[in-house]
Amino acid sequence: MHRQRIVWWAVFAALSAPLAWLGVLAATDGLGANPIEFVTRYLGDWALRALLAALAPTALNILFGWTGAVRLRRMVGLYAFAYAVLHVSSYVVLDQFFDWAAIWADVIKRKYITAGMATVAILSLLAATSWAGAVRRLGAKTWKRLHRGVYAAALLACLHYAWMVKADLTGPALHAAVLAVLLGVRMAAFTKKRLTPLRPR
Amino acid sequence: MLITSRKSWELSDADATPEAVYRDRRRFLKLGVGLAAGMAAGPLFAPRSGLAAPSENKIKDILQSKYRILEKATERDKFLNYTNFYEFATSRDQIVERAEAFATRPWTVEVAGEVKHAGTYDVDDLLRPNRREERIYRHRCVETWSMIVPWVGVPLADVVKRLEPTSKARYVAFETLHDPERMPGQKRPVLEWPYVEGLRLDEALNPLTVLAVGAYGETLAPQNGAPIRLVVPWKYGFKGIKSIVRITFTETEPPTSWNRSSPDEYGFYANVNPDVSHPRWSQAKERLIGDFFKRRTLKFNGYGEEVAHLYQNMDLSKFF
Ligand code: HEM
Repeated sequence: MHRQRIVWWAVFAALSAPLAWLGVLAATDGLGANPIEFVTRYLGDWALRALLAALAPTALNILFGWTGAVRLRRMVGLYAFAYAVLHVSSYVVLDQFFDWAAIWADVIKRKYITAGMATVAILSLLAATSWAGAVRRLGAKTWKRLHRGVYAAALLACLHYAWMVKADLTGPALHAAVLAVLLGVRMAAFTKKRLTPLRPR
Repeated sequence: MLITSRKSWELSDADATPEAVYRDRRRFLKLGVGLAAGMAAGPLFAPRSGLAAPSENKIKDILQSKYRILEKATERDKFLNYTNFYEFATSRDQIVERAEAFATRPWTVEVAGEVKHAGTYDVDDLLRPNRREERIYRHRCVETWSMIVPWVGVPLADVVKRLEPTSKARYVAFETLHDPERMPGQKRPVLEWPYVEGLRLDEALNPLTVLAVGAYGETLAPQNGAPIRLVVPWKYGFKGIKSIVRITFTETEPPTSWNRSSPDEYGFYANVNPDVSHPRWSQAKERLIGDFFKRRTLKFNGYGEEVAHLYQNMDLSKFF
C-alpha cells in the first residue's frame, strides 16, 4: 500500500514536470524565435505522450499481472486531458487569438484539426465520467464500453499528428508504433479471454 | 520627405539621403563616436549588426538598393536559429548544430542546358562583376510565419544575362548540393534528394529576384543556405533554394521538390497568396517573428506592383 502511494506520486510528479519545465523556459526566454509555435507543439506532444501513458497500466496488468497499475489510469488520463486542453487553449488564445471564424474554418477544412477536435471531444466525455460515481450511474458495462473510446482518441491523436507533419513522419510513426503495441496487447488479451477460460493468476 | 503614394516595397528615409552622405554616416558610426550613437540611430542601423562588431564575415562595400522594407528587421539571432533546411535535419535545433561545420569554400556552380556560357564556375567568379546589394525584403514561409530580412546579394537577372541563355531557354532550374556526408539530413529520404527548384525565365529576370550570399551585412551562415541561395520575395520561402551547385536553363518546366513530394499542396509557382489556402494552413494571415498578433498576408507578399503582370490571365488558384 505504501509502495503504491509512492508510485502514484512519482507518476504524478513525472507528468507535472513538463509543465513546470515549460514555465521555466517561458520565464528565461527559452522558447525560441517562435514561442507560440513552440508552446503549442510542446503541449501537443505531452498530451499525446500522456494519452499513450494512460493506456500503459492496462497493458502492464495484462502482461505482468500488475493490478496496482490500474489505479494510476485515472490520474494519467486526466493529465492527458489537461495537456490537451492547454494545447487547444494555446491554439485558440495564443495562435489564433479568438479569431473564431479562422478557427471554425480550420476545424472544417484542415483534416488534422478536425481529428484533433474529435480527440478532444472524446477526452472531454471520458474526463467528465472519470469520477467513481459515474461508474455507478452509468453501470459498469456501459462505463467500460464508453471508456474504451480512449483507444479511438489515441488513434485520432496519432492521425492528427501525422496529418500535421509536412514530410518527416518519424515522430508520428514512433508514437503510432507505441500505440500499436499497447492496442495489440489489449486485443490479444481480449480474444484470448473469449476463446479460453481465464486462468487464475 | 515628400509624401507620395508608396511603392509596395516602400521607400525609406535612407533612399532620400544621397548615397555619399549615407555612407559618410556609416563611416562616422563605424569610427565609433560610440556605441551610444549607434543605438541612437535606432532601427535604421539595427539590421547591420556588423557595424558595432566588425567581423571577418562582414561583406564590404555594400550598395543600398532601393528595395527596402521600412519595418524593423527581424532580430538577426532569430534569423540564424529559426530556419528550415531538411538537408541538415528536420528539427530546427539540429539544423543549426549540424550546419555549423559545413564548409562553403571552395564552391563551384555548374551552369548547363540552353545557355551559351555553360561550364563550371567558382561561386565568386560567377558573381564577381556585381557589387553586392542590400535588399530588405519580407520573407514569408508557407508555414505562416514571416520575417523581415536584410539580404545581401546580386540580381539574378545580371547573372543570367551574362550567361546568355539561348532562345530556347524558358525556365531556370536550380539544384542544391547533394552530399549526405556533409549534409546528414540527406541520409533519410524525407524529400527526394537533391532539392530542386525552378523559375520561369521572366521570373528569374525580374529585378526583385536575387542570388543572396549574405544577410545582416555578413556572409550567409550555412543554415541559411551558404554560400549562395535564391531569394524570390513574392513567393513562399521554400522557393528560395539554398546552397546552389547547379543552374540549368531548360525549355520545359523543371520539377520542384515540394511539388514532387505533395503535388496537391505545393505548386510550381508558390506565389504568396492569401486567397489560395493550403490544405494544411490557411494562408490568409501570418505571424511576423517577434509579434504576438498575426497580420493579414499580402498578395504576392506585397510585391504585386512589381510582379503581378507576370501572371496576367493565369488562374492563380489553379497555378498555385
Ligand atoms: C481542437 C483540438 C486540437 C487543435 C485545434 C489542435 C491544434 C494543433 C496545432 C495548431 C498544432 C501545431 C501545428 C503547427 O505548429 O504547425 C498541433 C500539433 C500537435 N497536436 Fe494538436 N490540436 C488539437 C488536439 C490535440 C490532441 C487532443 C492531441 C493529443 C492528445 C494533440 C496532439 C498534438 C501533437 C502531438 C502535435 C504535434 C506537435 C509537434 O509537432 O511536436 N492535439 N495541434
